[in-house]
Amino acid sequence: MTMEVTRCLLQASDERHELGDYEQGVPRWCNGCGDNGILTTMQRLCRDNDLAPERTVFVSGIGCSSRLPHYMHTYGFHGTHGRALPIAEGVKMARPDLTVFVSTGDGDCLSIGAAHWIHALRYNMDLTVLLHDNRIYGLTKKQASPTSPLGTKSNTTPQGSYLEALNPLTVTLGVANVSFVAQAVDWIPELLYDILTAAYRHRGLSFVRIVQRCPEFMPGFFDPWMQDPRRTLILRHASGLTLSPAIAKTYTNQLEHDPSDIHRAREIASDEEPIPVGILYRDDDVPCYEDVRHAGAVRTAEQVRRGLAAELDRFTIWPDGAER
Amino acid sequence: MKEAVTLGEHIVEIVSDSGEGAQRCGQSLGAIAAKSGNGVWTVEIIPAEIQPPARSIAGASGNRVRLGARRVTNGGDQADLVVAFNEQVLLGRVQAEELRPGATILLEGRWRNDRDPLVASAYAETYDELVGLGYRVLEIPMERECLKLVPDPRRGKNMFVLGMLCGIYSLDLELAREQVAITFGKKDAKVIATNVKLLEAGFAWAEENLDFKYRIPAVRATEPQVVMNGNTALALGILASGMEICAMYPITPATSASHYLSEVFERVGGIVHQAEDEIAACAFAIGASYAGKVAVTITSGPGYSLKQEGIGLAAMAEIPLVVVDVQRGGPSTGLPTKAEQGDLLAVLFGTHGDAPKVVYAVSGIEDCFYAMITARKIAETFNMVVVVLSDASLATAQQPFPRPVFSEDWLAAPVDQTPVPPGARPYDWDASTGLVRRFIPGQPGGMHTVTGLAHDRESHVAYDPQSNEDGLRHRSLKLAALQKTLRCPPVFGAAEGDLLVVGWGSSKGAIEEAVEGLRAEGHRVSALHLGFIQPMPSGIGDILRRFGKVMTVESSWADRPAEDPIVDADNRRYSALAMLLRSRYLVDVDCWTEARGRPITPGSVRSAILGALAREAVPA
Repeated sequence: MTMEVTRCLLQASDERHELGDYEQGVPRWCNGCGDNGILTTMQRLCRDNDLAPERTVFVSGIGCSSRLPHYMHTYGFHGTHGRALPIAEGVKMARPDLTVFVSTGDGDCLSIGAAHWIHALRYNMDLTVLLHDNRIYGLTKKQASPTSPLGTKSNTTPQGSYLEALNPLTVTLGVANVSFVAQAVDWIPELLYDILTAAYRHRGLSFVRIVQRCPEFMPGFFDPWMQDPRRTLILRHASGLTLSPAIAKTYTNQLEHDPSDIHRAREIASDEEPIPVGILYRDDDVPCYEDVRHAGAVRTAEQVRRGLAAELDRFTIWPDGAER
Repeated sequence: MKEAVTLGEHIVEIVSDSGEGAQRCGQSLGAIAAKSGNGVWTVEIIPAEIQPPARSIAGASGNRVRLGARRVTNGGDQADLVVAFNEQVLLGRVQAEELRPGATILLEGRWRNDRDPLVASAYAETYDELVGLGYRVLEIPMERECLKLVPDPRRGKNMFVLGMLCGIYSLDLELAREQVAITFGKKDAKVIATNVKLLEAGFAWAEENLDFKYRIPAVRATEPQVVMNGNTALALGILASGMEICAMYPITPATSASHYLSEVFERVGGIVHQAEDEIAACAFAIGASYAGKVAVTITSGPGYSLKQEGIGLAAMAEIPLVVVDVQRGGPSTGLPTKAEQGDLLAVLFGTHGDAPKVVYAVSGIEDCFYAMITARKIAETFNMVVVVLSDASLATAQQPFPRPVFSEDWLAAPVDQTPVPPGARPYDWDASTGLVRRFIPGQPGGMHTVTGLAHDRESHVAYDPQSNEDGLRHRSLKLAALQKTLRCPPVFGAAEGDLLVVGWGSSKGAIEEAVEGLRAEGHRVSALHLGFIQPMPSGIGDILRRFGKVMTVESSWADRPAEDPIVDADNRRYSALAMLLRSRYLVDVDCWTEARGRPITPGSVRSAILGALAREAVPA
């Protein structure tokens, strides 16, 4: 690609950024919505990693979660329902030099976009995927989502939802080429930041399920977990999360878990009570699809000319004595 | 040595069970004839299944090759000569009325003495039936002759037949040998040598045993020509257009374009991504276009339906995108391997809301190549979706055309990474053209979020009436701006007359051939063929008004008032192009259509024209 020179220049100037450099507009989420905390965490993450706003793209689908790009002063792509992942893959394939984040919700990712979720894991492109999981449809005003607990009363399930909730973590951990799976909760911002930072630093698709509150349609649903720290299981490991003294003191229910152990990760993911928080799985050696496909390779007009000529030769009828 | 009869043109078909190589034989014959300087058009005969049962009527697989002294633009009407590897596949062609009355049939004769009495009796019965129908049936011991050279005649019979046909059409044996070497170029020298022997044996056999021989005068081209099918031309066009990413999902009959592109694209730094589904393929291409150079997605009708959502997004967010729809019969799964032009209205109006996009229909093999270069440029200049419509008949038809001479102008400019001027907004629509300079990730100062929601010039979500109409107006204006740059297609025939036939897409050659023939007989009929269907170039209305009657010819379904009494002026459903022309130009445009899953033939167009000329004009 031809942006190499620009890239060098940008790196040479290496500006520092402030939080304000990533802020755009006033979020229109409800008070107490978990999305607000995710947004500020992402803005902090961008600042702390000095991400150039013009080289950062937030891609989203449709739903409350997917408004996030509008509030980031970076490039953004607010797509169609369920399609955030394939759009982000296209961006990354065309421009592996860009940093790409994906915001998607439980309906967007796990329902209408479920096929893309599974295959995005297989492609393992270098994307940081934030699953904003509030376990309910918010933007369309309260319908059961795939992660709504059995019996959830909603506008489409007034007698209570009929099906067991889908567990996004166990599904994710069952897909070939999965390379990073973590879970965070929006009400522990420090760990949310640490987990998202680890996800951002992982090369490959990092999938972070963020359990988040929806005060409008699931009021008080997570209160029992917020009020009782023992109902949160913190996963710690030298190569995973390391806990600050404050966190370690508050959240005493901890488990030493090596993120390279996928079998243990699957067991942990299967237990939804207490809620596991931390890095369940990480494998830095899974190849990225954009590398396998040589995305961003330098391409010249001469290459095309020669490539085309070679192919046309296969189909050409030369008149007698013509120059070849 | 027998005297060769000189012919202006001839249509030959080679049919076999799937896997017996009749297609390879037909394609090779087409290539040899083209190299000799004949006009050539080849049409694939494809069964719908990969391995249909052997010796079945529905299993006919092979090729039609129309050879001419002049340039040939379509597959023609009925075959003059058929080579069949068994009588059942032949029967399929007879029942489909693909053979001219009295046509010559060269039939593998081994079945007469087959060990299975059912096979032997079926053969004898069919043979008698065909002779009774007046065909000249010659039983050929193809397999027996091949056994003299190879242990398994099932593999190799096709080259024996190729040799026979080269003998029959007085083609140069040396050219044929070269072609065999090209055809088996990937195999080792021994395979080539064996097949050359079979070719020579067939050639000699025809010389010694057949009582007829033809010669079709040829003019060898003075400029290099290329012979390829429409899907190969599409793929090479993509390669030459500067597009770098193609996202697709397998679907017939579009996939062979992606197969070929997958083979060659990486060599020039391109990527074919096989997505998990059609929706993802479209979204992937949109993401790639958004962040870099214009990307393309290739599909057929059912896949196009799935892409509609993404196409609406690209239209709304003004992200350039090229979509190729190689049409097949519809609706739903329809006729996967057969030709139809039924997608036009879906492509023009398919996604919800007002989503203007450019629609261009290719009308020949060469057009497939250049259309991709044009499509990429328009998509990029106007930040629009450009849909290129091809169909199953062009996908596999082969025709020679002048070898393209590469120009760097075909390629896309490097991705703009320069800083955006202060104050510039992502949707600073030009008031008169609707055009806007797109900001691409990486451009400092251009940060904004594109969205499928209604938005203002800052790309902020905006639901107010003014912003909504602002966006709709400017997205629509781009079509008007493009329209001002388009040239009206030329009228084929006189500029005025009794009847104008209007077509689009793959029917061009058949329509013009029929019109040319009728004009020579003194009929005042002309033809107009549209490439750009949206926007439609200026001047078309004036052309329509210079003719007593106007009729479209399309390969799709339209009501037939003459056949169905319940259909009348109040409820008649016109074909797509007729509907468009009627609404835009307020001209009483009639339509003639067929949806038989095969390319429109000059003969059927001729009958349709004669019918239209004979009909009383309906008073306006």
